[in-house]
Amino acid sequence: MKKPSLFILAAVLSTAAWAQQENLGDTGGLASLRGVTPLQDTRPADDLKKFPREQALESDYVYQPPLIPHNIRNYEVSLNANKCLSCHSWKNAKEMGATKISVTHYVNREDAVLADMSPRRYFCLQCHVPQANAKPLVKNDFQRVDSLRQQ
Amino acid sequence: MKLIKAFWTKLKSPSKAALGIVLFMGFAGGLMFWGAFNMGMEATNTEEFCSGCHAPIVAEIQETIHYSNRSGVRAICSDCHVPHEWTDKIVRKVQASKELVFHFMGTIDTPEKFQERRAHLAEREWARLKANDSLECRNCHQFEYMDFSEQGSRSAKLHSTALANGEKTCVDCHKGIAHKLPDMHGVEGWQ
Ligand code: HEC
Ligand code: HEC
Ligand code: HEC
Ligand code: HEC
Repeated sequence: MKKPSLFILAAVLSTAAWAQQENLGDTGGLASLRGVTPLQDTRPADDLKKFPREQALESDYVYQPPLIPHNIRNYEVSLNANKCLSCHSWKNAKEMGATKISVTHYVNREDAVLADMSPRRYFCLQCHVPQANAKPLVKNDFQRVDSLRQQ
Repeated sequence: MKLIKAFWTKLKSPSKAALGIVLFMGFAGGLMFWGAFNMGMEATNTEEFCSGCHAPIVAEIQETIHYSNRSGVRAICSDCHVPHEWTDKIVRKVQASKELVFHFMGTIDTPEKFQERRAHLAEREWARLKANDSLECRNCHQFEYMDFSEQGSRSAKLHSTALANGEKTCVDCHKGIAHKLPDMHGVEGWQ
């Protein structure tokens, strides 16, 4: 009668140990930005967020690089070509009905005003980005500065 | 000689069957010639054929609207680069044979050489499309059927003005629609 009970005990112990090992990556039911998915699981990816073709976007603080209010699929900005400037440069803006780049873009880091766009401003997407149709993941109490707040 | 004469008399004699055979032979022969000719044309229109010499371009195009889009309608190399008009097509093919010569000269067979020559080649394509008022684009995109109310405001603004009054054509504004651009310094409307 002694041997089977020993066997059962061993079985129970090893199952417990195994279960504990399985639990290693568990979040204990705690929800995070990735939901309640345990760490060891790969959850299906969210759908890609879409960029609206056109949208009106207001600035939130003074000197904010304005957001891009339109789609920029496949627009090339490289050593060879700058698609943004083909509409927004001072030369082309009027004809294309686009906003001119700001005068600040002609100033280099020594504050000297140049005859053409400053190289440090060339890669537009370092500061200007389109806004995808995505809700913030974390609650945010940010308020516009007074001067930009709409009545 | 005798045989031909016999054949000829047979043709001249008003036998319906013989006339039928001749007509059929002529028809079949024509069909075969047409088929073989067109097959050659079709084979040289595929992307695989172009990729033999333009591999970097064929890779690049996969990110663009004419390769992958919501409606699944594609433009392949030959849609933009070989005129659809049958006669133009032949003229273009004959012209293209000179590319073979350049191929063996190796004008674009390394990335560096291609980069170097790309502006020149693009310039030639722009000139061609400018001269034919972007015929290849218009084979698919017909101005008369553009619904400006469905287009973005930027599109509608320029399509209803500079495009509508013929001042500009598609490639004036849509350079690089299917490819990475070459060095654009000095190109009109660019930096
Ligand atoms: C045998 C190799 C070869 C094949 C196959 C080939 N090309 Fe080319 N292509 C070349 C070379 C080489 C050049 C560059 C000519 C030069 O340096 O002037 C070129 C240039 C071009 C140009 C630039 C414009 C011009 O007038 O030179 C276009 C457009 C082009 N090819 C399209 C195509 C398309 C479309 C296909 C497939 C239907 C194709 N080619 C197949 C070798 C090839
Ligand atoms: C939607 C139309 C379109 C399609 C599809 C297209 N091209 Fe082009 N291609 C152009 C235009 C327009 C140019 C002129 C340069 C530019 O604007 O990018 C060009 C230029 C070229 C050049 C000259 C070098 C350069 O990069 O400018 C080559 C070579 C070429 N195309 C090959 C191809 C091959 C090969 C394919 C198929 C994989 C292809 N093209 C598909 C429109 C197209
Ligand atoms: C074989 C037909 C065909 C040819 C040729 C063609 N296109 Fe297109 N093009 C399409 C289709 C189809 C779409 C739209 C795909 C969609 O949005 O579902 C499109 C989309 C576009 C767009 C919209 C891009 C965007 O991001 O929304 C532009 C611009 C364009 N084409 C310009 C051109 C130009 C310029 C040429 C000539 C060099 C050309 N096309 C030749 C079929 C063609
Ligand atoms: C005067 C400049 C200009 C000319 C000429 C022009 N376009 Fe456009 N087109 C634009 C601009 C600007 C846009 C919007 C921005 C973008 O997609 O790059 C646009 C957008 C488009 C779109 C996307 C429309 C949308 O809103 O979804 C298509 C398709 C298109 N063009 C095709 C053509 C074709 C085909 C031709 C020649 C028959 C042509 N365009 C001539 C400037 C022009």
